Amino acid sequence: MQIEKQIEAMRREKKILLMTHQIIGYPDFAANEKAIECFYNNGVDLIELQIPFSDPIADGPVFTKSNQAVLEKGIKVSDCLKFIERMARKYPIPFLVMTYYNILYQYGVEAFIDRCKEIGVQGTIVPDAPLDEARAYYDYSRQQGLAAVSIATPYSDPKRLQEIADIGSGFIYYVPRKGVTGSKTTFDSEILDGIQKAKKETGKTIAVGFGIQGPGDVAHLIGTADIAIIGSKIQLVLETEGLSGLDQFLGDIARVNKEE
Amino acid sequence: MKNEMINYLGQNGYFGAYGGRYVPEILIPAVDELNQAFQEILRDEDFYKQYYNLLMDFSGRPTPLTYAAGLSAYFGKAKIFIKREDLNHSGAHKINNVLGQGLLMKKLGKTRVIAETGAGQHGVATAIMAAKMGFQATIYMGAEDAERQYANVFWMKQLGAEVVPVTTGTATLKDAINEALRDWAGNFDNTHYALGTACGPRPFPEMVTFFQSVISKEMKKQINDICGKNPDRIYACLGGGSNAMGAFVEFLQEPGVELVAVEAGGKGEASGKHASRIAYAKAKTGVSQGYKTLFLQDDDGQMLDTWSISAGLDYVGVSPILAHLAETKRVRVLAATDAEVIEAFKLIISKEGLIPALESTHAFAGIFKEIADTKPEDVIVVNMSGRGDKDIFNIGEALQDQGWKTFVTERGKAYAD
Ligand SMILES: Cc1ncc(COP(=O)(O)O)c(C=O)c1O
Repeated sequence: MQIEKQIEAMRREKKILLMTHQIIGYPDFAANEKAIECFYNNGVDLIELQIPFSDPIADGPVFTKSNQAVLEKGIKVSDCLKFIERMARKYPIPFLVMTYYNILYQYGVEAFIDRCKEIGVQGTIVPDAPLDEARAYYDYSRQQGLAAVSIATPYSDPKRLQEIADIGSGFIYYVPRKGVTGSKTTFDSEILDGIQKAKKETGKTIAVGFGIQGPGDVAHLIGTADIAIIGSKIQLVLETEGLSGLDQFLGDIARVNKEE
Repeated sequence: MKNEMINYLGQNGYFGAYGGRYVPEILIPAVDELNQAFQEILRDEDFYKQYYNLLMDFSGRPTPLTYAAGLSAYFGKAKIFIKREDLNHSGAHKINNVLGQGLLMKKLGKTRVIAETGAGQHGVATAIMAAKMGFQATIYMGAEDAERQYANVFWMKQLGAEVVPVTTGTATLKDAINEALRDWAGNFDNTHYALGTACGPRPFPEMVTFFQSVISKEMKKQINDICGKNPDRIYACLGGGSNAMGAFVEFLQEPGVELVAVEAGGKGEASGKHASRIAYAKAKTGVSQGYKTLFLQDDDGQMLDTWSISAGLDYVGVSPILAHLAETKRVRVLAATDAEVIEAFKLIISKEGLIPALESTHAFAGIFKEIADTKPEDVIVVNMSGRGDKDIFNIGEALQDQGWKTFVTERGKAYAD
């Protein structure tokens, strides 16, 4: 699988990789593109693009409102896919598509995976597709060589954790706490132990997302997580400090890889 | 007998193609824990006794089955009987489910309950249960619904519940469900999500049906005592599906009983402003809010805006059990428009001296549309899921009642001063 090799190669260069998140169409495509350019210029390693859904139950207030704002403008899934295609051709960074299961289901799960592959996407993340319900999605993705990232939490018991590791591909998205996206996570020793355990038991690449606020959190994850994922905070930085603020924010994060 | 019901309803949380538990991974332990507890109580006769005693003692069960002499004489066709869920404490069938889930919460050792509410009936029922059992309660309600049904918001607050108006999405029931799921994902350690209808991830559809089955258990005995036979038809309104499942479930295995569910036709099929998933055949199978069912959605899979004069039927999905029963033709589904509902309401109140909830009035409107095809020896039972007091603002407006308008305006003025 392509993305797994890419991650492995990138990991040799850096102590921790960074994945950033954008909601496609929020506030508009032009702003998304500028943000992505800023990600690229700051050495972001992976980019997660979210196709909006009307009922995003894994998302907190920040993302819920932006999902809705995009849909109110009448932006369609096809518009999002076109945008992703253009970005994937323009920037040599692995792109992943995050969305909810119904978007794939209505498109046709296999057709959606095929389309993602066609437009140069490396993988998908679908938070409401638990392994027991969406086996076909995981299996077909694997067959097609596209990563279907599965999700683990501190509450996944050892047996389920193994199943999550086996069914998914690319890497494991580890949600370190209860709740939805957005609010801050305190990366205490219990959480770090959980991440370490997940890594040891599965032997997979572990990406940690939900509630990462800045360089401090990312630095804290070095040595346990392989990838840090920043979502809501990026949107907030953009909203309050604009592109230059984002540039600075990402620059500060990039520096954690250089610190001793 | 009780677990047998589950056997014919579905397998592993699926009812034909519908059901499942499409929740974020963080909620898997919560739905697992709940499902395990539910499977245990299904086999526990003592739990059921405790539950039914509580319903008798606190809610007023069994509810009567009233012969609708006025309506039956007016039409001169089938005899109509009314199952009086309006006589439950809090005025609707919702309390049956909530008291059951409250006892389950105690078993699970949870101390906080969250719920979503549309019309407010489920919210009030949950707030009552929490007050009685000593739980903390948070109720999510679409901001639009909170406005339409403020009387119920008032009661929830008096009962000590926190009411959170939800402004995301369409600001109605579905968004309240999303918000409740998000809260649950953050707090399942001490919090139980008391879903109010036969929807959502496993085990909610089965569990809510199980707790609402008291309706048809009583109904079956009562109608047989009065008429010496099962009803020929049963009508129930269909929002999420809890009162319909409650009214139907004991008769599913009785092929002679025709089961009819009535959805909200809103402003009519052509208007696009309705909440009819099945009767207008406008819904498609999809996955949202933790389960797979028929949803009103666009080609991309985005959920559509719905409309009904009754907040309680204004929901974009439908119980996976009913989606399956409709597909297999065991349940027939109709829609009644807002206008038909208002006409039906006038008839019921004048002929029977009963004040049904606008939700329940849909079931009556369904009968009135079809009663011409019945014979005088036929027996129809309608499940009057709730009483209409809460709807006084909407009904006053719909009937263009001048006295009511004057009263509201004067009151408003008095407060404004
Ligand atoms: C009185 C009454 N009837 C019916 C309903 C619709 O729900 P369900 O289809 O779950 O019975 C509601 C929902 O709030 C209600 O309050």
